[in-house]
Amino acid sequence: MKIYADNAATTKMSRTAVDAMLPYMDEIYGNPSSLYTFGQRAREALEDARGRIAACLGCEARELTFTSGGSEADNQAIRSAAALGARKGKRHIVSTAFEHHAVLHTLKRLEGEGFAVTLLDVYENGLVTPEQVRAAIRPDTCLVSVMYANNEIGTVQPVSEIGAVCREAGVLFHTDAVQAAGHLPIDVGPQNIDLLSLSAHKFHGPKGIGALYARRGVALTNLIEGGAQERGRRAGTENLPAIVGMAAALEESCAHLTENAVRISALRDRLIAGLAEIPHSVLNGDPAKRLPGNVNFCFEGIEGESLLLLLDDKGICASSGSACTSGSLDPSHVLLAIGRPHEIAHGSLRLTIGEETTEEEVEYLIEAVQDAVSYLRSMSPVWRDLENGKATHII
Amino acid sequence: MALYSEKVMDHFRNPRNVGTIENADGVGEVGNAKCGDIMKIYLKIRDGVIEDVKFETFGCGSAIASSSMATELIKGKPVSEAMALTNKAVSEALDGLPAHKLHCSVLAEEAIKAALKDYYDRQGVAYDPAQFPDCAHCEGCGR
Repeated sequence: MKIYADNAATTKMSRTAVDAMLPYMDEIYGNPSSLYTFGQRAREALEDARGRIAACLGCEARELTFTSGGSEADNQAIRSAAALGARKGKRHIVSTAFEHHAVLHTLKRLEGEGFAVTLLDVYENGLVTPEQVRAAIRPDTCLVSVMYANNEIGTVQPVSEIGAVCREAGVLFHTDAVQAAGHLPIDVGPQNIDLLSLSAHKFHGPKGIGALYARRGVALTNLIEGGAQERGRRAGTENLPAIVGMAAALEESCAHLTENAVRISALRDRLIAGLAEIPHSVLNGDPAKRLPGNVNFCFEGIEGESLLLLLDDKGICASSGSACTSGSLDPSHVLLAIGRPHEIAHGSLRLTIGEETTEEEVEYLIEAVQDAVSYLRSMSPVWRDLENGKATHII
Repeated sequence: MALYSEKVMDHFRNPRNVGTIENADGVGEVGNAKCGDIMKIYLKIRDGVIEDVKFETFGCGSAIASSSMATELIKGKPVSEAMALTNKAVSEALDGLPAHKLHCSVLAEEAIKAALKDYYDRQGVAYDPAQFPDCAHCEGCGR
């Protein structure tokens, strides 16, 4: 049995997306910047894809810039807002402690360039409140960047309300919607979003392509200099097959968004209930305000990498926030941000299910994780000390 | 290429000498749960020979495999030979470890030596403390 439960890492491309892309690899391979008819056919496909993606997000086609993915979109959104702020002497940015590294590392770089950054704490449930944002905004704040949904614990932030706070204060609002796009409704107007990043391979599109929405009037700073593609905002010949694939995948995901969310959430809740039966375990992130497919647990007394290896042996693809899986000494910054101590964060497991996940697979996952956790605890000196009272259970 | 060698995966999937020893002659525990790995070694020693050895480990796949291999390398050996165990011997016996996992083999060596030190202490045997490294070199600890 092979169970893919790592859809937050990447997703399988949909047949629709693959089929949409193929003609742009072998038949219509012209350069959209070329003047002749063959090139202009590619141009038409490019603009058609842009329009279809815009329709999914509730924006205008001209407000979308294609990028190499979510990370580039995050980098460009933040760099652009920072540059606009700096022109007015505003050099303060508000974000959260559990953003993706594409945001956090860009902010770190800006700190080195003289910007001040406030990272909001997230509560144990993994949610930021609009009140926190309001309190953090200063006269010199130029940008608020809060992710739509967290990539590790799946918590869904109140973006509309945060956007409203920003709009009222006259501060640009960026949201990293990489995990949300295609899974949660997006409508940038009513949600008061000025800048939004997305990545195709998180919603069954191809890898290496993403988009940045920038509300009309929000000037983007180039990260890549060169030709005049993307109206001068992103140089380099457009990755047309990927762009067409992204449009097809996003349209399909959005068309089935509600029914998928209902079905997958039910499976997620069954998975959560099954894993919660494991003693001394805890669900990370709010149980309700989370992505339909996200399940993230910590199990006391074990380490996540060995859990992943055992699950791999059972055909299960999953991920962990343990330090051993990241190659660094620290476990996941997200789990630390919601207050999990290091020793608990090392024992984390993220299962992210999707459209193809079945009820049988969920039952298999529950049994496999229960067995693997019991087995690892049986050889863990930490667990022995907890069980014989030499140490105190934290969870 | 797989993350780990077949040898590592074999010792991870079928660890040798897992468990504890009642009335052990030496017990050593190294590591820190904060850093993500703890190894505990139990020794039964008769006439200067390691008659039995067991381990318990909290840690990643290579930590479990390193503990298992380290116990295999010293079982039935004289204490003097066990004292000479190196982390290099452990990682080589496992057909190598990824660079960022070499500390697991270091931890295995230190766990064995911590158990031997405990044995010496209990027996009142004099020793040079310099023979027993501690895990202070690991920047992950002591935070």
